[in-house]
Amino acid sequence: MEQLSGWFTELLSGNLIFTANTLSFYWDGLVTTVQLVFLCLLLGLVLAVPLAIGRGSKRRWIKLPIYAYTYVFRGTPLLIQLYLVYYGVVFFDGIQDSIFWVVFKQAFFPALIAFTLNTAAYTTEIFHGAIKNTAKGEIEAARAYGMSRKLMMRRIILPSAFRRALPAYGNEVIFMLHASAVASVVTIMDLTGAAYYVYARFYAPFQAFIFVALIYLCLTFSIMFVFRKLEKRLLAHLRPLGG
Amino acid sequence: MIDLQGYGPRLLEGALVTVELAVLSLILAVILGLLTASAKLSRNRLIHALGTLYTTLVRGVPDLVLMMLLFYGGQIGINMLTDQLYYAFDIDIFINVNAFVAGVITIGLIFGAYMGETFRGAFQAVEEGQMEAARAYGMSPLLAFRHVRFPLMMRHALPGIGNNWMVLLKTTALVSIIGLTDMVRVAAEATKATHEPFMFMIPVAMVYLLIATLSEWGFARLTKRYNTGFGESSEWNN
Repeated sequence: MEQLSGWFTELLSGNLIFTANTLSFYWDGLVTTVQLVFLCLLLGLVLAVPLAIGRGSKRRWIKLPIYAYTYVFRGTPLLIQLYLVYYGVVFFDGIQDSIFWVVFKQAFFPALIAFTLNTAAYTTEIFHGAIKNTAKGEIEAARAYGMSRKLMMRRIILPSAFRRALPAYGNEVIFMLHASAVASVVTIMDLTGAAYYVYARFYAPFQAFIFVALIYLCLTFSIMFVFRKLEKRLLAHLRPLGG
Repeated sequence: MIDLQGYGPRLLEGALVTVELAVLSLILAVILGLLTASAKLSRNRLIHALGTLYTTLVRGVPDLVLMMLLFYGGQIGINMLTDQLYYAFDIDIFINVNAFVAGVITIGLIFGAYMGETFRGAFQAVEEGQMEAARAYGMSPLLAFRHVRFPLMMRHALPGIGNNWMVLLKTTALVSIIGLTDMVRVAAEATKATHEPFMFMIPVAMVYLLIATLSEWGFARLTKRYNTGFGESSEWNN
């Protein structure tokens, strides 16, 4: 360990930009980005499942509001949604006096809300598409077994749809990682925010941004790797024979 | 009528900047995408590797980071280049990077990679028999490309182009961060000055929705056109 840190200090000596100080900035940024993306994806997923089921409902008063929600959130830039939540949150009467103000005072939570609503809209559409494309035979078989609608949804349609939605959802995860870079606009020190700080401090755009681009590239490839593994496991039954 | 507190004309100008930026970068992206697709389909290994490197790098990094790199780094890079020119050949030129041009180049460069993937898949989807038939009719390679390969390819590429265009349109909002006065930037400035986020952000969001809805309609018509002779029109989904 000591050898490693010695090697590290030697590597950094003579480098004016990547000192231990700026690297710790990047590290904090990495932690913030990963937290933000992970939390919004998790919350978005929880929201998207019931919304996707409702989106395919026959009742118009359920279907239409959900469609309007996904249409608006997928049709406008995330940056505008972020601004609306970030600047708009104070317009809720009394929020500044309530206990919630402790969390809403920081930029992290408005950003989390905006990102969650955004990814939930995209995920809803992905799941809705997958549910709609469930093979007729699977549903007929479930009905032949006398399953109720609820049971059929839980045991047959959803597990099958989630598997088929996996590749598209993997893209959404990467999309969200990349979209999270706008969080730096509302004073959050995420990876991009850290890179901007280093750029502004040393006036070294190439070093600051290429370094952060490499970190994002590593994150993207890790996500792709995980999803490829998952797809291999969960979609094994859909692969062509001998493929 | 909504009271925009005098920001109305500036918002309109900003909307125009957004549209111009989006259309110009789309054109650049399509040209770059066609070039990339040809590179990736090339038998030359070096060219193929270059195409793959470009699409992989660009699609693995956030748009905003690339934009900042090219925008903040672009001027310094060009200055270094012109300095070298001055020292080496005594040529004294100064190129000032215009924010709008930088925005178009950046977005075009980013979406060129996405378009490249779309076009590559579409070119591969064209049956070889069609080209063989064209050759059998004695068409020159250029004529065969123009009349056979390109229209057939567009049928497969249109849904992808439509999706890319929608994402591109929303990406133009990011140029407001690096200092271009598009409608998002005007709205953000107005919000900071008046503390009325809803009054400015919601109309801007509506403009985006309007453009998206109009282009959806336009793409549906184009799809119909390129599907001529293929029976049912394939559904365009975003």
